[in-house]
Amino acid sequence: MSLPILVFVLLALSVAGYVLGRGRAMASAGGDARKLHSLPNYYGWFGFLVALLPAALMLLLWLPAQSVVIDTQVSAMISDRSAAESSRGLVMSDVERVAEGLDLAVDAGVLTEEQAASIRTEFTDVRERLGEVGVALGSDVTSETLQAAQRYRALSSTGDLLRTLAVVAAALAGLAFVYRRAASTFRARNAVEAVVRWILILAASIAILTTVGIILSLIFNTVEFFSLYPAWDFFFGLTWSPSFGGGSELGILPLLWATLYISFIALAVSVPIGLFAAIYLSEYAGPAVRAVAKPLLEVLAGIPTIVYGLFALLTVGPLLVDIFGDGGVLGVGWMGGGTAVMTAGLVMGIMLIPFVSSLSDDIINAVPQAMRDGSLGLGATHSETVKQVILPAALPGIVGAILLAGSRAIGETMIVVLGAGAAARLSLNPFEAMTTVTAKIVSQLTGDADFASPEALVAFALGMTLFVITLGLNVIALYIVRKYREQYE
Amino acid sequence: MNEMPVVDAEAGTLLPKISAKKVQVFYGETHAIKDVDLNIADRTVTAFIGPSGCGKSTFLRCLNRMNDTIDICRVEGDIRIDGEDIYDPKVDPVQLRAKVGMVFQKPNPFPKSIYDNIAYGPRIHGLSRSKADLDEIVANSLQKAGLYEEVKDRLDEPGTGLSGGQQQRLCIARAIAVSPEVILMDEPCSALDPIATAKIEELIDELRENYTIVIVTHSMQQAARVSQRTAFFHLGNLVEEGETKEIFTNPTDRRTQDYITGRFG
Repeated sequence: MSLPILVFVLLALSVAGYVLGRGRAMASAGGDARKLHSLPNYYGWFGFLVALLPAALMLLLWLPAQSVVIDTQVSAMISDRSAAESSRGLVMSDVERVAEGLDLAVDAGVLTEEQAASIRTEFTDVRERLGEVGVALGSDVTSETLQAAQRYRALSSTGDLLRTLAVVAAALAGLAFVYRRAASTFRARNAVEAVVRWILILAASIAILTTVGIILSLIFNTVEFFSLYPAWDFFFGLTWSPSFGGGSELGILPLLWATLYISFIALAVSVPIGLFAAIYLSEYAGPAVRAVAKPLLEVLAGIPTIVYGLFALLTVGPLLVDIFGDGGVLGVGWMGGGTAVMTAGLVMGIMLIPFVSSLSDDIINAVPQAMRDGSLGLGATHSETVKQVILPAALPGIVGAILLAGSRAIGETMIVVLGAGAAARLSLNPFEAMTTVTAKIVSQLTGDADFASPEALVAFALGMTLFVITLGLNVIALYIVRKYREQYE
Repeated sequence: MNEMPVVDAEAGTLLPKISAKKVQVFYGETHAIKDVDLNIADRTVTAFIGPSGCGKSTFLRCLNRMNDTIDICRVEGDIRIDGEDIYDPKVDPVQLRAKVGMVFQKPNPFPKSIYDNIAYGPRIHGLSRSKADLDEIVANSLQKAGLYEEVKDRLDEPGTGLSGGQQQRLCIARAIAVSPEVILMDEPCSALDPIATAKIEELIDELRENYTIVIVTHSMQQAARVSQRTAFFHLGNLVEEGETKEIFTNPTDRRTQDYITGRFG
C-alpha cells in the first residue's frame, strides 16, 4: 500500500475511532449525555486521538528506519572495487535511480513485475529500456548495480507491506482500547486535554530543538574551518582576500567593521525617526490619523528586503552620487560609485523604521494612563509629560527595541549585497563601498563551493561570529529591560 | 494670584472659591452631568457622594479641566474659580492645573525617586531658584503630607517602592509642592487599607487650613468624617448640597435619604 493511501486509511480509522468512542460512551450512558463524565464529543475526540496518534507515531519512526535498514543491506552488495572507483554514496544513488526507473517502467507497463525483478544486463540494454520511460541514466548500468537495484526494490516492497500491517494494527489496537475504555465514567475530557498539552509541548520543543540543531551545524563546520585556517588570523586579520587557488587571507575585521558601520548608520536613521513617529502616533495623533498612519507605517515592514536592495541600488545610490560624488551638487567628490556604506545604511534605516516605531508604540501605550493623568494634573504640558514621565517609564522597553533593531541590522543581507558594494575595506569614509559579513557569507557559498576548502568553510565561521554577536545583543537587551523593570515596578 | 477672598461688589457678600452654573458634560452621546449649579467654599472640605456612575468624578475633573484630555468629552456651562471663568479661551488649562491640584484614585507616583517625584512640579513651573530652594520645597511638601519622617533617609529611592498609603501621601505631597489653592481628590483611599486610610483622612483635615479641598468618595463614613459640606449626585444630577451634618441627619430629598440609609448604592 503506498504512503498516501496508508495515511488516508489511517485517517479513516481515526474517524471510525471518533464514531466508536462517542457511540460507546452514549450507549453506556443509555443515550443520556448528562450521565457522562464529559461531553459526548470528548469521547469522540478521545477515540480519534487514540486511533491516530500511536499509529502515526509508528509510521513516523518506521519511515527513516526502513530506509536505513534497506540502505545498509543493499550497500553491503556493492563490492569494494566499484565503491573505490567513485564513492559508495554515488553508487548508492545510482542504485536508487535504477530502482526508481524500474518502478516507473512497471507503472508504464513497459516491463511486467517479473521482468523487472529478473531482468539481466547480460541480455537487455537496461539503460535504453529505462530511457524509453523517461528515466535518463548517466552511464550504462552495471550488472552489480542492477542486482542491487532489484534487491532494493524487493526489500522496499516487503518493507512497505510490513509498514502497512504495523500501522493498521496499531490503529486497530487503538480502536480496541477505545472500545474497552469509552464508558460513562471514563474522564475523556481530562484525557483529551492531556493530549493537547503534549501537542503544545511538542510544538515548543521543536522550535527549541531546531535552534540547537542550527547551532550544532554551524559549530561542526566552524571547528573544521579553524583546523584549516588559524583562528588568530581570522579574528584579527586586517585583509579579506579569498582566492580559491589558495593563499587566501581571511581576516574578519574589514567585514565586521563594515557591518557595524552600516548598522550604526541604519540605527542613526531609524531610531530617531521611528521613536518620534511612535511618540506622535501614540500620544498626539487622533484616532482617525492613527487608524490610517499605523497600518501604512507597518506596510514598510512587509516589503521584502530585496526590494529595499533594489531601491538602494537604483535610487538612493545614484541620488547620493549626485550630491556627494564627482561633479555632484556639493562638488566634494567623496563618492565614487552608487554602492557605499551610506547607501546601504540609509536604506536599512528606512527598513528598520517600522520595526522601531511599532515596538516603541506598543511600549509607550503600555505606560499606564495614571502616569499621564498624574503629570497633567500637576500642570505639566503634554510635551513635558511625554519627555519627563512617559519616555523615562518606557525607556527600558525602548532600549530593548533598539537593540533588537540592531541585531536585525547586523544580520541583514540583501540590502548590503546590493547597496554596499563587494570590496572588503577598512575605511572611515561612509561614501566608500565596503562589504559586510552577511554579504560575504553569500558570496563564499554561491557557485560551486568546495566544502573542504577554507574559502567555503569560512562562511560558517562568519555565520557563527554573527550569531554570537546578535545573541549577545539580545541577551544585553533582555538584561537591561529586566533590570529597569525591577527598579520601577 | 489674589490671596484675599473675592468680594462681590454688588451683593457685598463673600464669594465662594469655586462656583459652577448650569454645567453640562457630554461623553459623545451620553449626557453625563445635567445642569449642575454648585458653590464650593474656600478652606473647607467638600465631599461628593453618590452611587457609581452618578457623575461625581466627572464633575470633579471639570474643575481642573482634566476632561480636556478626553477627546469625546464636551463641557458646557460656567465654572469660575475666584471669579475667573476657567473655560475662557484666555485661560491656559496647564496653568489652571497648577492652581487646582489633583490626587487620583490609584496612587500614581512616577517611576522616579521620591525626591524627583516631588520636585517634578516645581521644576516644570520654575518655582525654585536654586538646589537649596528645591530641597526646601521637597522637604516642606513631604512634611505637610506627613511623609517626611518616614522617607527622609531614602529620598533617592524610587517612589514606586513605597507602600500604597505612602505612595498616596507622596502623590498628595507632589500636588502640594506646586502650591495649589484647590486640591481635588478622586476617591483617594479606595485602594488603601483602613490604617493608611485613617492617615490620609487626618492629613485631609490638616490640609483644610490652607487649601480648598474637594473629595469624591464612595464611603459615606469617610464623607461624614472629613468633610464640612457634602454634595449628593445621582444619575448626573446634583440632588442636594449642604452642611455635611445636615445631609446625613436631615436630608431634604428622598433620594439622598435612600442613598445614605443604604437603600441603593
